[in-house]
Amino acid sequence: MTDWINVILQGILVGGLYAMFAAGLSLIFGVMRLVNIAHGDLIVLAAYVALVTTETLGVGPLVSLIIVVPLMAAIGYLLQRAVLNRTLGEDLLPPLLVTFGLSVIIQNGLLTLFTADDRKLDAGHIEVATYRLFDGVYIGALPLLQFVVAIAVIAALQFIFYRTALGRAFRATADNPAVARLMGLDNRHVFALAMALSLAVVAIAGVFLAIRANFDPSIGPARLIFGFEAVIIGGLGSLWGTFAGGLVLGVAQAVGAHINPGWQILAGHVAFLVILAVRPEGLFPRIRT
Amino acid sequence: MNSPILALDKVSKHFGAIVIADGIDLALSEGEALGIIGPNGAGKTTLFGIVSGTVAPDSGRVLYAGRDITHISPAQRCTIGIGRSFQVPLPFAGMSVFENLVVAAAFGGRRREREVYQGCMDILDRCGLGEKANRRAGSLTLIDRKRLELARALATDPRVLLLDEVAGGLTERECHVLIGLIADIRRSGVSIIWIEHVVHALLASVDRLLVLHNGAFIAAGDPHTVIKSPAVMEIYMGIETDV
Repeated sequence: MTDWINVILQGILVGGLYAMFAAGLSLIFGVMRLVNIAHGDLIVLAAYVALVTTETLGVGPLVSLIIVVPLMAAIGYLLQRAVLNRTLGEDLLPPLLVTFGLSVIIQNGLLTLFTADDRKLDAGHIEVATYRLFDGVYIGALPLLQFVVAIAVIAALQFIFYRTALGRAFRATADNPAVARLMGLDNRHVFALAMALSLAVVAIAGVFLAIRANFDPSIGPARLIFGFEAVIIGGLGSLWGTFAGGLVLGVAQAVGAHINPGWQILAGHVAFLVILAVRPEGLFPRIRT
Repeated sequence: MNSPILALDKVSKHFGAIVIADGIDLALSEGEALGIIGPNGAGKTTLFGIVSGTVAPDSGRVLYAGRDITHISPAQRCTIGIGRSFQVPLPFAGMSVFENLVVAAAFGGRRREREVYQGCMDILDRCGLGEKANRRAGSLTLIDRKRLELARALATDPRVLLLDEVAGGLTERECHVLIGLIADIRRSGVSIIWIEHVVHALLASVDRLLVLHNGAFIAAGDPHTVIKSPAVMEIYMGIETDV
């Protein structure tokens, strides 16, 4: 019994990480209808940026966030202004193709710079610290921190979207970019800010990913799939829905892995397919007009 | 006469073989209200597009307060003082009525959000939307959407206001209120260009009337004189009464 409680608990906590993968993806799609195929690779890029930061400055991975987050945000802003803004328009295909190309470039760039060897960030003591909830049920300090950070990230995005001028700019531009321009909103700038915010979240997700497990330049696309699945399970346009989607995916994978270690990824995909079949609009869709 | 706040200098635009603007000259004085009429397809809305920056002219210049703005972005034109309402209301449907105005006021007017709240409520009250401030803009009726168009254009704190058929579809009483509101806006020093099919609303409000036909102004001057001129009778009214 406690065995299963542990499994579900681990699934929920990992789900927080998936929710962070998904939040940045969801934000970009929501604001500018851009499907970022390079999202997973950007997560891995953030992990490598964190690796370089920890190695050169001798700081821990969590402290490195102070540098990685603004750096990734800056990369996001420039990427959007220099490249992605030019691909946006009536046609959804150009951004897909360009971000796919970007994905290939990032993977091969990282492969050249860092080789295909597995890497990992070392967060020290926190990685092995656990709390005992009750007999036989334990919670790791790191997964717990990751989960709390995920909640904080989603709450912050929710706040930005619905309570700040920047959020209103996002929503107005998402609603009608042509009219927003005539209300004094420069689309190019607003989209670039959205991408910056997305990559700031990506940076946090990337660092936690890199502490949790080994990473190499090729693991991006799988993170993209997890992100997509969390967004779809949760329902498009709802941030807390995306969070719930991440948890569902995390729990499904944990349960699958517990039954048979080879079923971890498969169980996640099956859960995704079941929800897509039973409730194609996702668990918590936001009604849009 | 002082130098115009807004001017078009030999502006031309065509879509394929269709001439929308053929060397148009236009000057709007500070504080003036200018009405433009013309048959459907005469190029009126495109003219607004050229002024607000969504349509690039083939040739000619757009001048605002003496400055050449032909090549600056629509967002910048809005922030320097050119406000616009749309013929077909295009609210930010997913946001509240109040938020629609806050976005326009904060970004179009280059102000901090906290500073615009009161002003936005005042504008909503003036436009008759005060009680619907928290409604979702997408849920408004057509008339209220038209009011929101006007309110949102006003919220950007314009010096020049472009009104695209704001009176269409209003009842007589609502039209009367609208005329009062526009007189009010003029008194606050805003210059207006108003495209309208509801001619009596224009006659009550504007200083000067222009008639656009096939991409050129064929008559201009005192509204009551222009509306009775043979050219207008033939081209504009003729089309209407022939039906």
